[in-house]
Amino acid sequence: MTNNVSMAEKDIQKVSAQQRVLKILSQVLVYAFLLTAALTVLFPFYWMLISSVKSLAEYELAVPTFFPRKFQFFNYVEAFNTANLGRLFLNTLFVGVVSTVLSLIITVLSAFAFARLEFKGKNALFAALLATMMIPGELFTITNYLTVDAFGWMNTFTALIVPFLVSVFYIYLLKQNFMQIPNELYLAAKVDGTTDLKYLWKVMIPLALPTLISITILKMMGAWNSYIWPRLVANDPDMQLITNGLRNAFTDVNSGKTNIPVQMAAVAIVSFPLFLVFIFLRKYIMKGVSRSGIKG
Amino acid sequence: MVESKHKWKAWLYLSPAIVLLLIFTVWPIINTLRMAMLEGYNGTAELGGAAFNFGIGNFVKVVQYAKFLTCLKNTLLLCVLTVPLSTVIALLIAVCLNSIKPLQRLLQTIFFLPYVTNSIAIGMVFATMFNIIGNNIGGENQLITTAGVINNFIGLFGVDPINWINAGSAYWANITVLVIYIVWDALPFKILIFLGGLQSINKQYYDAAKIDSTPKIRVFTRITLPLLSPMVAYAVITAFIGGFKEYSSIVGIFGEKMGPAGDQFRLNTMVGFIYDSLASNQQGLASAAALILFCIIFAVTMVNLYVSKKNTHY
Repeated sequence: MTNNVSMAEKDIQKVSAQQRVLKILSQVLVYAFLLTAALTVLFPFYWMLISSVKSLAEYELAVPTFFPRKFQFFNYVEAFNTANLGRLFLNTLFVGVVSTVLSLIITVLSAFAFARLEFKGKNALFAALLATMMIPGELFTITNYLTVDAFGWMNTFTALIVPFLVSVFYIYLLKQNFMQIPNELYLAAKVDGTTDLKYLWKVMIPLALPTLISITILKMMGAWNSYIWPRLVANDPDMQLITNGLRNAFTDVNSGKTNIPVQMAAVAIVSFPLFLVFIFLRKYIMKGVSRSGIKG
Repeated sequence: MVESKHKWKAWLYLSPAIVLLLIFTVWPIINTLRMAMLEGYNGTAELGGAAFNFGIGNFVKVVQYAKFLTCLKNTLLLCVLTVPLSTVIALLIAVCLNSIKPLQRLLQTIFFLPYVTNSIAIGMVFATMFNIIGNNIGGENQLITTAGVINNFIGLFGVDPINWINAGSAYWANITVLVIYIVWDALPFKILIFLGGLQSINKQYYDAAKIDSTPKIRVFTRITLPLLSPMVAYAVITAFIGGFKEYSSIVGIFGEKMGPAGDQFRLNTMVGFIYDSLASNQQGLASAAALILFCIIFAVTMVNLYVSKKNTHY
């Protein structure tokens, strides 16, 4: 009898030991997979950074070095001068800030009207706005190109800013956020004789701040990454945005040869602000992104 | 809701948005339809007083255009290859991430990193990794200065250097590079969506499965996947929409000529076709192509919604 029990106990111990080994093994596999994937994701960034500080001779070695023998930081200075990055940087910053501020004002006012005010045709209008979100942007671009041309806006910052000020998606996002704020607050404010604008400024905007920050970041990233529209309407080097200036600046027009280390230095300079924003405002970006599904 | 005494106020608040939408959203919708139906429409010529015949000529011309068919083929190929690949890889990574505790936050951050990048800039980095300096690959006297880091890597497994993106490269090699880059670029968003979905699944389901000692595979196919299916549907639909609008990743790797040197525009896409027609003042053609693109996206989205409705469990 006692013998049987101890036999059974041994069996159980054996099974649970097996399970433990299996569990550890699967954990090891999971970590191995994730770390490999993470390294693959990171590698382009690493390659960009080390290539950006190599000399051209070292970069062209038959067997590439995985760590630069000598750091040539001068590449960054050269990149800055070759592509006129300072100018592109200021242009992009200007367009980004102005379009973000104006866009926020328009979005807040519209979202407030949709969330808190009552007027005829409100729901129909809102549904019509949402329906336009289905249409690919390219369809608008063709006519907007002609419109901007007819307005005489070619090669101006106005052309880069005005056509994209209204985003139906942002209005939708903010309206949802505003509607979560209890209506009693609005009624109380009304009883106290607070104006709509003061209520908006003192109550609704502070409460919806996280959404507004998400919109700001996405809008700024949009300016930083926009490529197609600026290429169409602002070819003047004085009006170019950073991405447009980046692509061709380092390829010699005659030989077609590219000074890759300097080009990689420029790419690193352009990527750096994005990483800073990411590190400090990760929470807001991820929140905004998971609801929008759009890049920039 | 408050019955506002001043109804005009709502319209006042809405006016900036409505004015801009009328000019830059509503008018383009009407005008695109108009331009598409005017044969050989050209915006500059119209301002000069030219008239155009009404008809479906633009559509006929677009569909018969060899260039357009190349664009359509490239776009479809990239879509069909990248959407399933990125979805499956993202799902795998998300499930693994969800099952670990140490390092989870760090790895999550790393996997999100490609999202906050400039697709042209990082495309240039990918081009560098696949680039061959010297271009003389394939000849009798191979004179390669640097085979490129990717070629060095596959060389470790005894594979000969491949001409990925340079002059004389094969079409499949170009597409491979693009697929790798697009998948790399598409992973962060999908991982974010999937991980969010996984973390919101009620733990009780897993506890119940544990009591019944359900095998892990079965737990995945019977609990995780069904409960994650709305996110998967969402990710696939947005991926298809993004895939049909693929453009800047190709510019990032191959430059504005949309192809390896000597074979330009070989890798052009639908969006590329629209912009080329626009830039060469063929707005009628561009409008017709944009409408075709819209119809394709609309149809694919509807099919996706239909399929996911049948397979999605809320």
